[in-house]
Amino acid sequence: MSQHIISVKVENKFGVLARVAGLFSARGYNIDSLAVSKTEDDDISIMTIVVKGDDRIIEQVKKQLHKLIDIIKVSDHSQQASIKRELALIKLNCTAAKRGEVLQLATLFGAEVADISLKTITFSVDGDSGKIDRFIELAAPYGIKESMRTGLVSILKEKD
Amino acid sequence: MKIKGSQIIVESLIKENVEYMFGYPGGVVIPIFHELYNAPIKFILSRHEQGAIHAADGYARASGKTGVVLATSGPGATNLVTGIATAHLDSVPIVAITGQVSTNLIGNDAFQEVDIIGITRPITKHNYLVQDIKDLAKIIKEAFHIASTGRPGPVVIDVPVDISNSMHNFEYPSTVSIRGYKPTYDGHTGQISKACKLIEASKKPIIYAGGGIVISNSSDELREFVKKTGIPVTTTLLGMGVYPETDNLSMNMLGMHGTYYANYAVHHSDLLIAIGARFDDRVTGKISDFIPHAKVIHIDIDPASVSKNVLVDIPIVGDCKKILKMMNKEINPPKIDEWVEELIKVKKDHPLQYDMKDGGEIKPQYVVEQFYELTEGKAVITTEVGQNQMWAAQFFKYTEPRTFISSGGLGTMGYGLPAAIGAQLARPDRRVIDIAGDGSIQMNIQELIVAAQHKLPIIIAILNNGFLGMVRQWQQLFWDKRYSHTCIDFAPDFIKLAEAYGCEGIMVTEQKEVAPAIKKALKITDKPIIIDFKVSKEENVYPMVPAGKTLKDIIMRELA
Repeated sequence: MSQHIISVKVENKFGVLARVAGLFSARGYNIDSLAVSKTEDDDISIMTIVVKGDDRIIEQVKKQLHKLIDIIKVSDHSQQASIKRELALIKLNCTAAKRGEVLQLATLFGAEVADISLKTITFSVDGDSGKIDRFIELAAPYGIKESMRTGLVSILKEKD
Repeated sequence: MKIKGSQIIVESLIKENVEYMFGYPGGVVIPIFHELYNAPIKFILSRHEQGAIHAADGYARASGKTGVVLATSGPGATNLVTGIATAHLDSVPIVAITGQVSTNLIGNDAFQEVDIIGITRPITKHNYLVQDIKDLAKIIKEAFHIASTGRPGPVVIDVPVDISNSMHNFEYPSTVSIRGYKPTYDGHTGQISKACKLIEASKKPIIYAGGGIVISNSSDELREFVKKTGIPVTTTLLGMGVYPETDNLSMNMLGMHGTYYANYAVHHSDLLIAIGARFDDRVTGKISDFIPHAKVIHIDIDPASVSKNVLVDIPIVGDCKKILKMMNKEINPPKIDEWVEELIKVKKDHPLQYDMKDGGEIKPQYVVEQFYELTEGKAVITTEVGQNQMWAAQFFKYTEPRTFISSGGLGTMGYGLPAAIGAQLARPDRRVIDIAGDGSIQMNIQELIVAAQHKLPIIIAILNNGFLGMVRQWQQLFWDKRYSHTCIDFAPDFIKLAEAYGCEGIMVTEQKEVAPAIKKALKITDKPIIIDFKVSKEENVYPMVPAGKTLKDIIMRELA
């Protein structure tokens, strides 16, 4: 079971997400993350799907994805050089006493303070998955009250 | 000039040259039926929506055209589901139009509302919910295009009633352009050359021909390929008829209930040439032991079928017809005389057989054989599912494509009778015979009245053994003979039933009555005929490669 980052260009129509998700769920695969958004073309949306699965079955799913009428292009970014980003919002338990320490850690990760209260501080941090994983790991000892991440988005690097 | 949505639908169907349409009315499709009242489309009213879609499917398989079906929202639409799945698994072009509640009520749990788009998403090639009348004609055009091109399949168009009732200009598009749908038709020339070289160097090649050859109408090209190369042919259930089964090089059907020699040929081959077939589990058995010595060439229009179950050495994606034509120009025959001799000997030594004593019980295989003899093979056979289906496959010799019509992938009981109605409408020149079991026939028996109403001389041959025979066979062989709920000898009187439906009923209880009954039925040309053949109760289908097993586990018939 290896991780795949599948980037799918689709027609911007209702029901497409359900068609795509159905191909994974029918095989009992849980999608780790999913990001759907508009693109430079109003008629086209892009989905970035992160899923763990057997390589052969994922290959089969990609072919099946390609068969869907509303799908324009399917590419697997896991084997290609690409820029990958996600965003996390993390609410930490943090009283005034710990603030300085916590802010120091946040600075190292370029995390922004999105909200602050008497007992908590909420950071917004973006980057690749590894960076966010690490930030969460180091912030955990302070007590994570709530944490959530967007799906990964991935764009291929240009070759000169 | 603006016309109603319902008129747009019917006008579009006329533009698509729809001759026959199958279906059943209901509340939200009244506007469409209103337009069908005087339309130049022959509408066949089924007695259950499942019957309508199987009839459309049988029509499509027998004619090569797209089958069209119309049903109402809610239960009308859900009654189509089994038929849609049947067509999906066997790649049958169908356009199914369903009514839907008014757009302002969708999602409201309105009367007779179901999300048929959601329900049919995994069992259609594509589906549409019409949300704007301006898209209606374009959607219909696309639906017919998608259903019938590439690897064909069913397309559902869900039409809310307010769309049917609203007004718009009608202009039927002349072309279709869908950027996400461009099937590959031309095979890669480099791959074709590589395949030809591999074939020329092979010592034990075998062709494994599937339904794709029927769909692409490439039976002639296949025959030429065999003529040029001398390579023996085995077919799948859906491929039957693409190569004449009366020929020496025909190894008949392979797979679970295929012939010993077909399975022998595949098992011992050094090169499997798969054409328009998809390596179904009923064909391969235990996948890790399938073709232990063979390289694989796979010709198929669907890239997702390639290397799905079996890794392929030379894939060629494209239209079977085009690819075979190119190969026929390029190919030189391999030197395979010894191999062919070996296979012909195996074929002679291990024929399909059954055991019938003179004056004893009627064997179902004998009934099928008699149909072959007495129609001289010039019939279209539909089947139900189970033992009847396998005997129809084994003991009738198919020599032309589109003459064996059966639910292969989904294995839908109740398919054969409605499919026979569609097939008979498509082929008025041929007798259509539904080889049925006493179980399956009861699943869509209501369609008998449709056949009678249209004076279709379909022969329904019930191989009546009082059991759900295939399940009983598995119970006998693998489940300690516990015949749990498979005995159905508390049965209707099929002769009275035939009469009640305005059909002819013929009862056959003795061997000597089999041929006369068939002859009598063949003389009747203005109504359906049920022949109730009381056959041997616990006859089994052999050979049998048990599920998940290999050729060496094949169970052969033991003759007394």
